[in-house]
Amino acid sequence: MNAIVATVLKRLGLGVVTLFVVSIIISLAIEMLPGDFAKSMLGQAATPETVAALRKDIGLDRPLAVRYFDWISGVVRGDFGYSLAGAGSLGGSRRPVADLIKPRLANTLFLAAVTAIIAVPLALILGMLGALYRNSLFDRIVNVVTLTSISSPEFFVAYILMLFLAIKLPIFHSLANVSPDTPFFERLGRIALPSLTLVLVIIAHMMRMTRAAIINLLGSPYIEMARLKGISPARIIYHHALPNAWAPIANVIAINLAYLIVGVVVVEVVFTYPGIGQLMVDAVSKRDLPVVQGCALIFAGTYILLNLIADIVSIVTNPRLLHPR
Amino acid sequence: MTELQYWTNQIKEGRISRREFMGRAAALGVTTALATTMLSQAGIGAEPKKGGSAKFGLAHGATTDTMDPGNYLDTGTSVPFWGAMSNSLTEVDAKGNIVGDLAETMEPSSDTKQWVFSLRKGLTFHNGKDVTANDVVASFRHHMGKDSKSAAKSLLESVSDIKADGKERAVFTLAGPNADFPYLVSDYHIPIMPAKEDGTADWDSKVRTGAFVFESWEPGIRAKLKRNPNYHKSGMPHFDDVEFLSITDVVARNNALISGEVHWIGRPDLKTLSLLKRNPEVAITEVTGYGHYVFAMNVTTPPFNNVDVRTALKWAINREDIAKKVFLGHAAPGNDNPIAPTVKYAIDPQPKYVYDPEKAKFHLKKAGLSTLKVDLSAADAAFNGCVDAAVLYREHAKAAGIEINVVREPNDGYWDNAWLKKPWCAGYWNGRPTIDWMVTTVYAKGAAWNETHWDNARFNELLVAARGETDDKKRVSMYAEIQQLIHDDGGVIVLVFYNYVEAATKKLAHGDIAPNYPADGLKIAERWWFA
Repeated sequence: MNAIVATVLKRLGLGVVTLFVVSIIISLAIEMLPGDFAKSMLGQAATPETVAALRKDIGLDRPLAVRYFDWISGVVRGDFGYSLAGAGSLGGSRRPVADLIKPRLANTLFLAAVTAIIAVPLALILGMLGALYRNSLFDRIVNVVTLTSISSPEFFVAYILMLFLAIKLPIFHSLANVSPDTPFFERLGRIALPSLTLVLVIIAHMMRMTRAAIINLLGSPYIEMARLKGISPARIIYHHALPNAWAPIANVIAINLAYLIVGVVVVEVVFTYPGIGQLMVDAVSKRDLPVVQGCALIFAGTYILLNLIADIVSIVTNPRLLHPR
Repeated sequence: MTELQYWTNQIKEGRISRREFMGRAAALGVTTALATTMLSQAGIGAEPKKGGSAKFGLAHGATTDTMDPGNYLDTGTSVPFWGAMSNSLTEVDAKGNIVGDLAETMEPSSDTKQWVFSLRKGLTFHNGKDVTANDVVASFRHHMGKDSKSAAKSLLESVSDIKADGKERAVFTLAGPNADFPYLVSDYHIPIMPAKEDGTADWDSKVRTGAFVFESWEPGIRAKLKRNPNYHKSGMPHFDDVEFLSITDVVARNNALISGEVHWIGRPDLKTLSLLKRNPEVAITEVTGYGHYVFAMNVTTPPFNNVDVRTALKWAINREDIAKKVFLGHAAPGNDNPIAPTVKYAIDPQPKYVYDPEKAKFHLKKAGLSTLKVDLSAADAAFNGCVDAAVLYREHAKAAGIEINVVREPNDGYWDNAWLKKPWCAGYWNGRPTIDWMVTTVYAKGAAWNETHWDNARFNELLVAARGETDDKKRVSMYAEIQQLIHDDGGVIVLVFYNYVEAATKKLAHGDIAPNYPADGLKIAERWWFA
């Protein structure tokens, strides 16, 4: 058990360092992009004087190092700063980055959770059934369908679903524009199509991994022994093969869950879902550095945490890793 | 199709006005009563009806949007927060004329260097406070002065002083004469806002004078407004409440309209417009506005400093072809006059530039060249279809012995790195309701956005003279010469005037559609109703 605690602590420590490095890279990257917040806000109407006045007002005239230090010392104290869109006299009511991110992150997590609740068990079951009846008609159909849906770009899947399930057959909403006061069940109905799109996009990866990992084990001597003992095939897979296949499956699930949180901006845009991906894209296109930083830290943190959990799962389910010699 | 059916379709598509339709119907011997019935069947009610909640799908909107009118960037903020929630002193009506909005009268001094705007009686803000001249002063000062961060700053540069004269009169003193000044104050960046005690404008309170009162706003997602019961325009607005959704994805916008999530969308997908038209529930509106797309040459750098090279390039482009192929017919070919035909005093300068490689060769020869090789910087950030248009132009120009090298600039940062910097680059203009405003912004000597760096002594002299001229006859000839000079000598290739294409369910009805901005002059919420 000590090994796990040590690993977790070490990984968390490294995670903090990673976040710090990410924040520096993001600052430099935004600085290297052409234009800045003042110019993007004024658009074509920008004149040198108005740009200079706006820069001064929101503190963009200070050197990057000073701005970065200001920001990072706030973050250490748990203050993520203010969006440039609300800074200085421009915003009047300033918009704290945390307040901007909170409802968006909640929306993203809600969509990710609903999708995961459907997709993960479905992928595991399909994967196990695929292994059980491998090369049967069922196996082939499941493979073809899931591989087709993962091979199509997600916006295409989204448009197809929208065409058939929102326009030809008006069952679902084509817009998923929920607001904080949308009741829970309406919210579920609103996100049905985005969620279905994401299920189709992620299911193949997890299902194929489950199937491959189990098939891999089915050739090993202890499974043959179990079979000779007369245990039913379903029980062999569920009881004897699956526990040993957890490590690769957990890793794939972690990657897909992380994707659901950080990578669904295309689906958000197509369904006009106010998630965190759209927030970050808006912020990048307007060069709103504090918001970009906030989103980037959340995204990086998501990856670090989910990977850590996946690794812990593989250690816990594998006695050889749990008790290293 | 019968004649009457034809005109009914025309009015449904917004091509003719209600009044014109009645005229046509009368000419066909149709009684007024029958014509009115036909109109209401076509979704064009005789009398606007009250009530209903309307939802509009806007093509713009971002989380960084601000309530500060000086930084309204696109329809994401200008349609809800200016068009629906606010008023300026004046407004441009559906015919392109300037009329008073909050101002009842506007009187110039004899030299048009001083303008006095008198407010309507009994105007109130949404919070019940009276609208006074002090509020007008504060609202204008918000954009003026050294520290202004407003997009309207350069617009108001000519205002040297503004002060309140009593409660109802605001007096503007201008640096030079300007007979068109009432047009300038109709700009959507300059709504009238309540003044705070220290004399600054209180824009953050979201309290304005408009047809709708602020209810809620999630930047980049939606804005909700409800009817202002004390609105100063009698009988307006018609809707009980309105909601504006930012739907930036064009397919999502189309689908939102078709599936009934919204009643109206801006910028439907032009490529699939003919499919959308087939939908019996949907009506497309299309108006040619003041906006245009340009390829601007810097006339101070060779080879563009030679007027014959410029003229050769103007003859070497097939604008009809570009309007048809790139803009799918939703644009009118330009004639290197940046003034739209619907603007007052607009002319169509002669000779009209059409595709003529021989004339291009002739002018090239006159410039002492047999071939010409030039770079054209293009990016779709300038306007959608820009790169395609540039590539088509390259093919057109080959016939005239002109080799155009199309340089595809990155979209990101286009306005910072290419526009006004590269010798020949693409750009767009939303256009302005007066000639003076348009050419002062872009073609006058020393203008911040003089993309052609053009400096024509006669033009600059005429521009100042025409601005202060109050004799209409003289203005006609002056403005004709101004446009002719740009056409003959300027460095701008006006590709097309683009149409504002929009789509709505037939449940909505409307009058004439204003050409000055998209979304019925941005005032769709105030002007439209449920049939």
